[in-house]
Order: sequence, then structure tokens, then C-alpha cells
Amino acid sequence: MSDSKSNGVKMTSKNLDFYYGNFQALHDVSLEFKKQQVTALIGPSGCGKSTYLRCLNRMNDLIPIARVEGKIMLEDEDIYDPSLDVVMLRRRVGMVFQKPNPFPKSVYENVAYGLRVNGIRDKRLIEQRVTESIQRAALWDEVKDRLQESALGLSGGQQQRLCIARALAVEPEVVLMDEPASALDPIATQKIEDLIHELKKEYTIIIVTHSMQQAARVSDITAFFYIGKLIEVGDTDTLFTRPRLKQTEDYITGRFG
Amino acid sequence: MRNTKMDITQEEYAEAGPEKEQKTNAADRPPKAERTPSIIHQTAVRKQRRRRLIQKAIFSVFRLSAVINALALFIIIYFMVKNGIGAISWEFLSEAPRESMTKGGILPCIVGTILLGVGAILVAMPIGVASAIYLNEYARPGKVLRTIRLGINNLAGVPSVVFGLFGLAFFVIYLNMGVSILAGALTLGAMSLPVVIGSTEEALKSVPDTYREASLGLGATKWQTIYRVVLPTALPGVLTGGILGLSRAAGETAPIMFTAAVFFTPDLPESIFSEIMALPYHIYVLATAGTEIEATRPLQYGTALVLITLVLGMNLIAIVWRARLRKRLKG
Repeated sequence: MSDSKSNGVKMTSKNLDFYYGNFQALHDVSLEFKKQQVTALIGPSGCGKSTYLRCLNRMNDLIPIARVEGKIMLEDEDIYDPSLDVVMLRRRVGMVFQKPNPFPKSVYENVAYGLRVNGIRDKRLIEQRVTESIQRAALWDEVKDRLQESALGLSGGQQQRLCIARALAVEPEVVLMDEPASALDPIATQKIEDLIHELKKEYTIIIVTHSMQQAARVSDITAFFYIGKLIEVGDTDTLFTRPRLKQTEDYITGRFG
Repeated sequence: MRNTKMDITQEEYAEAGPEKEQKTNAADRPPKAERTPSIIHQTAVRKQRRRRLIQKAIFSVFRLSAVINALALFIIIYFMVKNGIGAISWEFLSEAPRESMTKGGILPCIVGTILLGVGAILVAMPIGVASAIYLNEYARPGKVLRTIRLGINNLAGVPSVVFGLFGLAFFVIYLNMGVSILAGALTLGAMSLPVVIGSTEEALKSVPDTYREASLGLGATKWQTIYRVVLPTALPGVLTGGILGLSRAAGETAPIMFTAAVFFTPDLPESIFSEIMALPYHIYVLATAGTEIEATRPLQYGTALVLITLVLGMNLIAIVWRARLRKRLKG
């Protein structure tokens, strides 16, 4: 984690506190996310890892009583700066949700949606981006003959990869994934994990997961959260084999959580 | 048939119970013959008949309630058809009333009712849908929102004759519209607003939040999210609500009797400032204020039959339309 400033740090949070009304859900979380790396956020239910993830693209703005203190930087921009356009931020920091949530539109329109709302009208460009994105999400062979059919007719695993394609279409720099495989069977999960491996060559990926095996398989860095605090962060290999703290060890060996 | 089935299940139950228990505890239990069934099992068997009876009685009451509902509609329709079908003819549907409304047809009333209904919905849909979107998607909870909601809920409770008087005072006299289609449509529209707002809000609430999150997460603005994702998904419900509001408005008498409808005018309306005849008001006039109340009985039933057909027809269109849209969304 040394000399990271020059080493392609994409996002950082500094002393981040988060409140739901009077309840403090996150305490003083400072983390760095590097380009071309996968960072896994792990911890028991309710530890704040999903809340933290949703701070990174200001999805928590949708909750009226939510409040943030501290800083989150995307490269050298403060994303909570009042002059920053949150709509632009969310294009740059894409998100994939826990349950596959394609729109009730055709496969094609699902992926084209992000381009259209961002003002792209050129049909050839849209078609090219849609094709590329679906290919990159390793879904092309399965859907190339049914692009005009409803996305709701796809299987759960296909839907989730479509949601990834949809997120990739608008060329995000960071992709947030909130337990992207938790609603999927093992084979579909495998495909998503393979995909994450592929995608990290181009994107900064931050993934929340309940499965420690998954964290170990897909991530380079792992951060362990417990009751709203960042307990330990480090190389995934090191964290899982030689955790520094007892709490981390207890969690990853399954003694609690 | 039913009894045999019950007996079998009872026997099966009595047998299956201890046997099943036996299986799980086979190792440390005495053989079946020596075992006395547990107190819970005994009681369950003894009370079984009573519990079944209670369940049967309760569900019978529920079923009866549902049947009464359906029956009421069928009786009304049967009554209207039986008494009214004799009056229906091409002349009845295509001509104006003649000879103090004892002869001739009801075309001006049909046209009037359709115009009023469509006009009402043209007024109520835009305002109602816009209000519902504001309330459900934009407004933050608080005092303002609570006050607006209180207003809407109370609007729904205002008797229709009060709307009629309001329409007379405000649209007809104060805004100087006169007794006209415009004044009637505005009055009916105001009356339909709570229905449209309510059904639109329901439809918006049924759109999963995950759609909104997905859209915002792709860099869409709130308005783009509503316009491109939320509204299309909610459309079947919104349209159904609109048409139901329309069919309610078409059947109302009180709101139009001071604002749009007149006793008799053989001409079809020329503009939105014309006064018109309307089906519900025509029935009311024939049945209470005409010179030949008894002689026009068949015409009254005939008019009622036409009105009810119109309203049910609109509801049917709403149902079919909604089913189609839903299917298209599901794919």
C-alpha cells in the first residue's frame, strides 16, 4: 500500500462517517482503491459494508435522513462537493446490484439505456457500444439472437451479466458490485467471478460479498468491516492467511458472523 | 363424495401420525403395539372434526359474500336488459327525442355523455398523474405533503352534488362559461381527480425501487428515470385508473345537472360552450319530471341499459388494455 499516490489510486475515502438520522452506521473509514484492482469488502450482516459501497456513488442520497461526513475523492475530485454533478458521478462510478434488476425492456434497450439518458443519439455508436458491452460481459453468444426480446425472459445469471453489460456501456471508471452473485446458483456465480477477473484489466472494481471464498477468489485487496468500522485491510492473500487482528481471524475462520 | 374423502384422510392421519414418529425414534422406542399415542396426537385427532367444521363454516360465509357481490351485478344487468331491450332500436340510438320525449331516440344524450366523460378525463388525467408523480417521486415527507394528502383524501369524500354546486358557482357563473360541456367536464374532472391520483400513486408504488436505483446508477436524472422507466412500467395501472375514473364520471348526474346538462335540446353540440343532454340526467328527467312518466318507462330502462353498456364497455376496454400492456412488459 506504499507510495500509492503515484501508483494509480482511483478512489479514496478519508475519515468517512455516515449517519442514518442519529444512528452512526460508519465510523471513520479511510480506504484507497487502486486502478486495475479488485477490492472486496467483507464482514457480517449489518457491518456497514453495503452502506459504505453506496457512499461511493452517492446512492445514499436517495435516503432523506442520510448524512455523510468526511471525504471521498474520485481521483482529485471531492464527490460530496456541492458543485459536483451527482448524475455525472454515477456515470463514472457504475453499480451492479444484489438482485438482478434489468428494466422491463428488451435486452438491447437495457444496455442502450445508459447511453440514451446520457444524450447519445448516434444509432451506429449505440449499436456498437451495446454489442461491445454485451460481449465484454460474456453474454453475447447467449443473447445475440434475442436482443429484441424482453430482458425479463433471461435466466437470473444472464440477467445479472446483462446488468453488468448495462453498467459497462456508459464507460464507467469504477464498478461497484453489491453482492452480485448472492442470488445466483454456483455455475452462474462462477461466470460472474470469471467476468470480474476479466474486467479488472480495465476497471477499478469494488465488490461487497458475504462469501469469504468469493472474496479470496476474486479480489486483490480485502477490507474487513465490523459494526460500522474498518477493522483491517490488506492483500487478500495476507489477510486470509495471516490476519493481523484477532477479530479478523475469528471472522474468516468462521468463529462468528 | 366429500365425506369419503374426509374419512380417508382421517384414517390416514390417525395411522400416519404415530408411524412417522416411530420412524424417527426407532432406536430407543418400544415396539408400536405397546406405545400409547401422545396427548397432543390424541387431542388433535379428537378435535379434528370440530376444527374442520369451523373452517368450513367461516369459508362458506366468505364465499357467500363474494357470490352476493357478483350476483348483484348480474341482477342489475338482467333487470336492465329485461326491461330495456324492448326500447332499443336503431331509431332509439340514432335520433333525437320527439313529442315531449315520449318518442324518438337518445342520440344527443349518448353524444353528450361521451363528450363529458372524455372531457373529464382530459382534465383529470394530466393534473392527476402530475400530482401523483410529485407526491410519490419528488415530495419529501413533511408537513406540506401531509396537508396535500389530507386535501386529496377529503376531496374524495365530497358529495357529488356539492361538486355540482361548486361547478355552478365557479365555472358557470364566476368564470362565465355558462351551462356548457366545458363547465361540466371541468366539474367532473375535479370530481375524478382523487380517483386518478389514487390509482396512479398505487401504480407508481408498485414499480420496484430497484428499477429507480438501476436507472440513477447509470447516470440518468430523476426525471429521465421517471419518464423512461417508472412511468412506462406503471402505465397499465395509470391507464386503468384513468378509464375507471372516466366510467365513474360518465355515470354521474349531480355534478352535471347544474353545469352542463339540460332538460331537452334536440341539436348535437356545436362547440365546447354548447349545453347538452346526457344519459344519467335524461333518465332522471324522464323518471321524475317528464309529463308522461308512466308512458316513458320503457324509454327510461332503455336509456339506463345504454348507459350501463357504455360504462361496462369502458371498464372492459380498460381490463383488456391493461392485460396487453402487462404482457408486453413481461415479454
